[in-house]
Formats: sequence, structure tokens, C-alpha cells
Amino acid sequence: MQSVLARAGWWLVALLIAIVAMAAAADSGFAVQMAIIAVAAFVGLWVSLTRTDYAAVARGILRAPPDEGVYDDDPVRWGVLATVFWGIAGFAAGLFIALQLAFPDLNFEPYLNFGRVRPLHTSAVIFAFGGNILIASSFYVVQRTCRARLAFPGLARFVFWGYQLFIVLAATGYLLGITQSKEYAEPEWYVDLWLTIVWIAYFVVFVGTLVKRNEPHIYVANWFYLSFIITIALLHIVNNLAVPVSVTGSQSYTLFAGVQDALVQWWYGHNAVAFFLTVPFLAMMYYFVPKQAGRPIYSYRLSIIHFWSLIFLYIWAGPHHLHYTALPDWAQTLGMVFSIVLWMPSWGGMINGLMTLNGAWDKIRTDPIIRMMVMAIAFYGMATFEGPMMSIKAVNSLSHYTDWTIGHVHSGALGWNGMISFAAVYYLVPRLWKRQRLYSLRMVNWHFWLATVGIVFYASSMWVAGITQGLMWREYGADGYLVNTFAETVAALHPMFLLRALGGALYLAGGVIMIVNVWATIVGKLREEAPMSDAPYDAQADRPIVSVPAE
Amino acid sequence: MTASNSKVLDGHKKIERNVTLLGVFAFIAVAIGGIVEIAPLFWIDNTIEKVKGMRPYTPLEQKGRDIYVREGCYTCHSQMIRPFRDEVERYGHYSLAAESMYDHPFQWGSKRTGPDLARVGGRYSDEWHVQHLKDPRSVVPESIMPSYRFLAETDLTSRDMPARLTALYRTGVPYTKEQIEQANADLALQASADGDAADLQSRYPKAQVRDFDGDPSRLTEMDALVAYLQVLGTMVDVNDAAAQEILAKEKGR
Repeated sequence: MQSVLARAGWWLVALLIAIVAMAAAADSGFAVQMAIIAVAAFVGLWVSLTRTDYAAVARGILRAPPDEGVYDDDPVRWGVLATVFWGIAGFAAGLFIALQLAFPDLNFEPYLNFGRVRPLHTSAVIFAFGGNILIASSFYVVQRTCRARLAFPGLARFVFWGYQLFIVLAATGYLLGITQSKEYAEPEWYVDLWLTIVWIAYFVVFVGTLVKRNEPHIYVANWFYLSFIITIALLHIVNNLAVPVSVTGSQSYTLFAGVQDALVQWWYGHNAVAFFLTVPFLAMMYYFVPKQAGRPIYSYRLSIIHFWSLIFLYIWAGPHHLHYTALPDWAQTLGMVFSIVLWMPSWGGMINGLMTLNGAWDKIRTDPIIRMMVMAIAFYGMATFEGPMMSIKAVNSLSHYTDWTIGHVHSGALGWNGMISFAAVYYLVPRLWKRQRLYSLRMVNWHFWLATVGIVFYASSMWVAGITQGLMWREYGADGYLVNTFAETVAALHPMFLLRALGGALYLAGGVIMIVNVWATIVGKLREEAPMSDAPYDAQADRPIVSVPAE
Repeated sequence: MTASNSKVLDGHKKIERNVTLLGVFAFIAVAIGGIVEIAPLFWIDNTIEKVKGMRPYTPLEQKGRDIYVREGCYTCHSQMIRPFRDEVERYGHYSLAAESMYDHPFQWGSKRTGPDLARVGGRYSDEWHVQHLKDPRSVVPESIMPSYRFLAETDLTSRDMPARLTALYRTGVPYTKEQIEQANADLALQASADGDAADLQSRYPKAQVRDFDGDPSRLTEMDALVAYLQVLGTMVDVNDAAAQEILAKEKGR
């Protein structure tokens, strides 16, 4: 009983603080954000009071002790649902801003102007879609590879719900104009503080589970997850150092200015790509690909070499976002050199993933989930070749500031992160809800092709747009004057923006098919369909040849 | 497998059996690059060459900058001219590190869906900016910029400029006590049609004093944003002889 009271008490304190902060808010945006926190605290209070089994409390047993014989998968199930939900939200936001660039009348000031919705899109796909599958899959994988239940189950639930609150605060904040304008680190100081608390809890749960493992070795996937959690904490804290204008207001000013702020930001920004979108997704690859293929990891030695070289080298690559700027030249060159060297460990990971299919290559034909995984790894390889190429200063002088960068990011994000996440979702859903199989494998196949064709449209249109833009900006006529006004270069891109939106729409359509498939699987339906592959059987032909004597 | 190889693998077996070792080594591996690249920027003198003319933003300009950040202008406009012939011809002299020394946060941007704005100050009239922000396609038919009519209809009511300048002071912007105390008054003074320019310029050299949004009866967010746009890239006279001399000594570009 005491612990119920204590928990309700904490919720009440949180509720009161939020209400006081709301009343004292220096700006209306902060008041709205505090109202959201107050609602969250109220829901927590209500749940902790109504969900308590008072009869059991009276008998002196608060709750039956958890069954140590099964894995603790509730947060994983919630995480998979959140992944699917936020994924669709993020893709839809992306399609919306893509259409805004083609049809500017779709900007609805002030809340739905491009400048406010763009961070909503990037945060929704990176942190909401990506973050949820990472937290969910890490909780799933760490339990299986350690043969141990999650440590601190209450804290694990706090991580899930706390992270969702972070997402809601960040997203609503952008639309209200609450941003510190650092790309992929836009949330303001109080949201940053909240995420820091949630992240430390995540670290504790993950490391706690590693500590209580029943396997002597820590499996490769967990190395990647662990370095992801540690490094994201480091990047997040340093890049978000800021001085708030008021403790009851949303505005703050970053601690660093100008050159220093730029390098700290892109040290963060590039390693958000590295340690959020690469390292932990490689962890997913190291668990789900061998599982789905039924083959062991290709090379243990390669995994050691590529893990340590990847995490060591990636950190240096940030300055390639600042080529030819006022950043000192030595830092730019260092960034370029390390970016090119980075190609090798990246491809080490790709080779280790692809070669895991050795002896199971036929599954690409028969298993659409394997097909997704292979396509994801192929896009990983492509994006990690394109990245080092674009970090070469000569190439960068053309590609920087153009849509080529946008195309590059999306071939990595849609191809690698998206595809490997979808594959993981399809792997997890039947297992988490104890279903015989997915509702439909043919729908997975549809999802695969819609997404793949969507990416092709997206990436190729952005390559053309980016190179067009770069060349038009620097085009000189025979008279020695610049040929194009800026406005002309904008007009030239319109067809490419339309094709990009088409690609995004196809990708979103694949996501909608995933929602249907996941939902039908969870409610326990099985679609009657012809199997994906079947060796043909012809009863007529299945008999010996009997020689017929000539008449 | 050679002997040395198996030794390395044996060594790694220790790491992968120990959470603490794994975590500590991973942390060391990721810390090195950041320390080597970022830390020197704070103590190498020539990271930012001192240039004549740089001053902290006036309260109105800073407020305009906050609006620029709030609306996410950086998602489409850079403020960093690279030292290429076409960029220098299109946008003006390439950007100097010192020109963003008071920018918390920096606004160099990463994408030019619209043109660079590092030296947009003084290139267009106030009327052009107001019209362009209210209805971009009425002045640039090809533009895909959103409209910002609401800025002209939103009064600048906040009285927290001293708090904002104080926060900036704490990050290292050299605002004086007088500047912080006068911040709210200076905000209104700079946007008034008949303001005492000399008074403001005694605190902020060369500050432009006028009604920016074309509506002298109101002090709006449009006033602040246009005041900010009109000061961009104008503080340092890059063609000034002294500035040229400093630039000639600048290495690495």
C-alpha cells in the first residue's frame, strides 16, 4: 500500500509542478508544453490509482512476482506499435513538406510553414520511428542474447513512456516555434533535460541486463547497442549546453557561438547519423539477419575489427559538413580524410551482413523479409560509399547546399534504416504476439517493392536536382557573367520535386500496407494466400515413362 | 590463424566478457576524435581573426534573430558564403569567422532552397522585405517560400529583452550593464520613425533607426525580423583597407 501511495505521490508532485510552471510561463508555447506534461502526469496518477489491485494489497501481496521463466516483452510490444505509428506519422510529414516545396500554397502560416514542419519530419523519422525500434529491439535482443530477463522492469517502462513524452514535447514544440535551430537537436533546454533523464534510465536498464547475463560472452549486437547509448549521451549533453532566458520560458541561447557552435553541432549532427542511424541499426543487423537466415554471422574477427574502427573513426567525420566555410582549414581536411577512411569499416559491416547469407542465398527469392534485409544492407553499402565521396572537398563544393545531400540522406534513411526496421518489425510481431506467422507474406512483398521503387524515385530525382542546382549556380556565360538568377534555379527544380513527392508517396503507401499487416497479425488473422514460392508439382508428369510398342 | 591474430582475439575475449571494460574502451574510442578536433578551436588564436566593426546585436536585431530561428529560416537559407568566384559574385565577400562570433546559435545552415542571406543587409529596401515576407510570389514569381503575413500582425509585446541579453551575456556576448538595462527601451527606440538615432548609436555603433515594417503606429515582429535582415553582413566593411590587410594574413583558405 505504501508503495502505491508513494508512486501516486510522485505523480501528484509532477502534476503540481507542471501546473505551477504553466501558470508562471513566460511565453504561451511554454504554457502549452507544461499543459502536455500536466496531462501526462494526471494520466500517470490515474493509472497508478485505478490499476492497483487493492484486494491483493490488502492481503499483503502487491503483485504476483514476475515469472522469471519468460522474457519481459511488454515494453518491446509497445515499442513495436509505437514504431509503426510514428513511422507513418513521420513519412506523412515528409510527404507533406515535399509537396510544400512543389506547391508552396500548401504552407499554412504560422504553424504549418515549411520551416516548422521540417524539423517535425526529421525528428519523427529519426527519433520517434528510429528511436522506438532501437529501444524496442535492444530490449528484445539483450534479453535473448544474455538469456536473462530485463533488469529494472519498472525503469524499462519509464524509458518507454518517458521517451514518448519527449517525442510529443519535441513535436508540438516545433509547431509552436520552440526550437534551438540545431539540426536534429532542435528541442529546447527543458526537453533536452528530460531526454537526458530518460537516456540515463535506458543506460541503467541495458547495462543492468548485461550484468545479470547468463552467457559468458556479450554478443556483438550488444557492443553496438552499448556504444550507441554511451555516445548519444555524450553528444546530446555537449551539443545542447545552453543558457535559458528564464526557468519558466522556452527560450535559451546555446553556450557556444559561431565557429565553435558550428563544429560542435556538426560533430553532433554527423554522429547522430553515426551513432543513432548506423551503429545501433548494425546491432539489429547482427541479430535479426542471422536469425531470419538461420545462418551464423559470417566472421567474428571482422565484427571485432569493424566495430572498433567504425566507432573510433566516425567521430572525426563531422567537419565534412563545413567544407569551405569559416571553419579552420586543418579541421576541414581532418574531417575529409577520416570520412574517406571510414568507407572501409562501413563496408566491413556490409560484407559481414551480406556474407551471413552464405549458403542461404536462395532465401532472397523465397523470403520477402530476407529480401528486405538484403536490400537494407545494399543501401547501407551504397550510402556509405556515397558519403565518403561527397566528403571530398572538390565534390562537396558542388554538392553542398544542394538537394544531392537530401538524396544521400534519404537513400541511407529510407533504404538502410527503414528497410532493416521493417524487417525487424515483421520478424518481431508474430513472435511477440505468439502468432503462427504473419498475416500475409505477400503484403510484405508488396511493401518491399513499393518502398524500393519509392526510394529509386526519391534518390534519383534528388541526384538530378542537386547536380542541376550546383551546376546552375556556378554557370558562367561567354560574356563572363553568371548565367542564372537564383529564382531560375528554383524554377528548374520543380519537376524533380514532383518526382520526389511521388517517391515519398510510394514509400508511405508501403508503410500503410505494413500497418494493415501488423494489425491483422496481432488480432490473430491469417491470410489465405498462395505461398511465396513453391516447387511446381505436376501429377501427370510424376510417373515412369512406359514405352509404347509401335503398332 | 597466426599466433599474433589469436592473441588479439584472446585479448578481445576479455573485453567482451566484461561490461565495464567494453563500455570504458568504447567511450575512449569515441572521445578521442571530438577532443582533438573541437578543443583546439577554443585556444588556437587564428580560429577567429579579430575584425573591426563587429558589435553585439541590438535588442531589436536580436529579437528579429530569435524570430528567424523560431520560424526555421535556416532550413532553407544559409548564412555562409564560400570563397568561390560564383558565390562571391552572387552574394558578396566570403564570410569571415568573426562575423558570426556573437551568433548563439550559429545560423550557417546546410541547404540553399533559397539564396544565402549572410550579406543580405542593405541589398533590398525595407518595403521589398515586407512585401516579400507577406507574399513572396508577388515579388519573385518563381519563389516557393511560405508567406509570413502574421509577423506584421503580431505585436512585439515581450518585455523580456533584459533577460535575453543577460542570458547572452552569460554565454559570453559582451553586453554592458547599460545595454542590458536599456534593452526594452532600445527595442522600441530602434523601430520608431522619429527615434533618437544618436542615442542608440552611442550604445550600438552604426545601428539603423527607423520604422522597418511600414506601419509606424505599431511595433511588430516584422519590424524585428526586417531590422535583423538589414544588419546581416553589414557590420564589417570587408573592403576596408585594414580588413583587407587582416584577410591577407589569414591562412588556410
